[in-house]
Amino acid sequence: MERAASSKKSNVAYLANGIKHWFKDNLGIIIALLVLCVALSVNPITAKTFLTVKNIFNVLRQISTNLFLACGMTMVIILGGIDLSVGSIIALSGCLAAGAVVRYNLPLGVALLIGVLVGLTIGLFNGVVISRTTIPPFIVTLATMNIAKGLAYVYTGGSPVRVVTKEWQFLGAGYIGSVPTPVIILIVVLIVTAIIMNKTRMGRYIYAVGGNAQAAEFSGIKVSRVKFFVYAYSGLMAGLAGIVLASRMYSGQPTAGEGAEMDAIAAVVVGGTSMAGGYGKIGGTIIGGLIIGILNNGLNLLNVNSFWQYVIKGAVILLAVFIDYLRQENKDRIKVSVK
Amino acid sequence: MGDRLANGVLLQMKNIHKTFPGVYALKAVDFELRAGEVHAILGENGAGKSTLIKILGGIYTADQGEIYIEGKKVDIREVHDAQKYGISIIHQELVLVPYMTVAENIFLGREPVKGGLVNAARMYEEAQRLIDSYGVNISAKSMIRDLTIAQQQLVEIIKAISYNSKILVMDEPTSSISEKEVKFLFETMRNLTAKGVGIIYISHRMSELAEICDRVTVMRDGSYIGTKVVRETTNDELIAMMVGRELKNYYTRDFKKDGEVILKCENISDRKMVKGVSFEVKKGEIVGFAGLVGAGRSELMKCLFGLTREYTGDIYIDGKKVVIRSPADAIKQGIALVPEDRKLEGLFHVQSVRFNSTIVVLKEFIRGIAVNRRKEEEITQAYIDRMSTKTPSMEQAIGKLSGGNQQKVMIGRWLATSPKILILDEPTRGVDVGAKSEIYAIMNDLAKSGMAIIMISSEMPELINMSDRIYVMCEGRITGCLNHEEVTQEKIMRLAAK
Repeated sequence: MERAASSKKSNVAYLANGIKHWFKDNLGIIIALLVLCVALSVNPITAKTFLTVKNIFNVLRQISTNLFLACGMTMVIILGGIDLSVGSIIALSGCLAAGAVVRYNLPLGVALLIGVLVGLTIGLFNGVVISRTTIPPFIVTLATMNIAKGLAYVYTGGSPVRVVTKEWQFLGAGYIGSVPTPVIILIVVLIVTAIIMNKTRMGRYIYAVGGNAQAAEFSGIKVSRVKFFVYAYSGLMAGLAGIVLASRMYSGQPTAGEGAEMDAIAAVVVGGTSMAGGYGKIGGTIIGGLIIGILNNGLNLLNVNSFWQYVIKGAVILLAVFIDYLRQENKDRIKVSVK
Repeated sequence: MGDRLANGVLLQMKNIHKTFPGVYALKAVDFELRAGEVHAILGENGAGKSTLIKILGGIYTADQGEIYIEGKKVDIREVHDAQKYGISIIHQELVLVPYMTVAENIFLGREPVKGGLVNAARMYEEAQRLIDSYGVNISAKSMIRDLTIAQQQLVEIIKAISYNSKILVMDEPTSSISEKEVKFLFETMRNLTAKGVGIIYISHRMSELAEICDRVTVMRDGSYIGTKVVRETTNDELIAMMVGRELKNYYTRDFKKDGEVILKCENISDRKMVKGVSFEVKKGEIVGFAGLVGAGRSELMKCLFGLTREYTGDIYIDGKKVVIRSPADAIKQGIALVPEDRKLEGLFHVQSVRFNSTIVVLKEFIRGIAVNRRKEEEITQAYIDRMSTKTPSMEQAIGKLSGGNQQKVMIGRWLATSPKILILDEPTRGVDVGAKSEIYAIMNDLAKSGMAIIMISSEMPELINMSDRIYVMCEGRITGCLNHEEVTQEKIMRLAAK
């Protein structure tokens, strides 16, 4: 009994330590996020609208799609890879799920499952090719990106598949209690992803393979299995994002998710994950996603021309990565001096 | 040799100071190089050798101190300045472009030009002439990536020499080449010194000093300790200068007579480098594997460790035939492999000592999603203690430790699997003397506890002083087995070059 109690206490200590580290590692972007929020709260134009429960939930609802993708993308990038197919998977999975309801009268549950499975299938395909061959992930997922997008257009003939039932809207536009459904799903997905990354052997293996694939193999890690898992997970997340978005838009649209892979990559990178692989945290990605989402929302509230929004978003990404670069540079300098 | 020491002074570095934020890297270091001399710089990792060289090469600038070349004070602020004063540096890591030819690499950045275009014909012709003049058998048209590491090193040296340098710096040039190529390298060095070139030679290998060096300067903790004429000093004196204390037993080894055979390999082949190799290893034995680079030693171990899927032949462990198709299989059979190239095959650089220590034994503390952090830290700490690894904490990124401490973590990683058979491929490469001696002592302890150890090494003294038996390999075959009592360097060389 005593032992159990003390071990429980140390788990709390580890958790506290983990939070402390999360705070310390992400200090730069946490401050950036707070500055952004404070600026929007005190600005006379946005003060009334930004800090309302309705707007915050609205922002989170919008962010959820990007963060689903970013969860998979964080793993992929830590693994040292990239997944360009996720944006197109959103389109295909949404269209097929909507089509299942409208065209074949399948039950809602089955339709949604189809949507998720479409994502998983493409992810599995990416995983098989990337883990069995040496074709670069960039090329493989560039190909599946085009294939998925093409299939979405072929299936829909280019026009949205509309679904008007109330049940259909629940997933993306509905509420559980007073909280939007996607926000609930997002919290679950984030927790699951964080657990995989931090609490399982697979999580460690992802960092190991991304850090040094050859050393991972020498350590008895089944590298191809790890790659396979990560791309499958990324596909699954994209499938999930697809049905949630299709639900929110009352339709499966072949144009949905266009460029979404880039927003996901941006969230991951702003969150401090290294494009070189081997290093990064899901905790950083969450903040990265929030910054990009709130920035979008803020610019909309400020009535900034949508063309200029791209310019500002690009500058913010560059700035965030540049700050990280300076920090890294500083670290390296210290490393050299120790040597 | 005596007359060489009377030659004019080529280079003088006086009272060099260098600080980095928080660290005093060089404190009042003096160094002198005469024309036609090979002058070694000795020191453990972190002694400041590389910093000194980088100041000479214009990569760093000294905070204080003067550099004189042939008596004239010079100001070296960037790499270009160093080249201007005839200084060439061959770095430890090869910096050739793999997808370019030998000639393109040699003339990189100063290609002969004709009418605004690269004059390829002249470039290849000149490169080939240069290569031939050193009696090297390499085509100027070969792609760098198709050459062996040793050949690449030679290209690097030829490239450095082709600048007509007066001062040549070699940073551990023999760390990745075989005995035979070392001989060749030394010959080339003698040719150069005969022409009046001064060579600064950085190496961890004491055995090379007597063979090639005239003088040796010892550094420790960023300070200048002293300069000795090589033939007037002893290894023991130099080691004492390097570590600042007397190392009593450099090699620790209680030789063992008989144990049961734990590993028996019959007719192992990998259809490439390994051709029908049979050998056995007993409990409590340290078995050395000698041979030149490319003899197939590392490849043989890769078969044993499941890294080569297409091997043929039989492996018996404790008398039972086993099939090993993956490292996971090998680990299950109680085999551990500490690989040759730590950086490439071992380290997860950005990750912590803890992560690196436990990656092979995650099963012991992660079940499903339950991580027993305390157990993890216990395991990590146990092997930090066991290996006496010096690290500020177990959360320290392993990339920031010295080579010796990194190697200790690598060995600890595999000891954590409680192996029956431990394969060490070049266990002390890039490891400083102090840590080397500690690693030898640990190997001895492990063997005494009954572990069977296989050691591949290119360092003769280490093989001879640590192994109960030494198998010598040549071109994929075992050409002989020498017992501890009978082994000599000459016997090994004869078998290795059969």
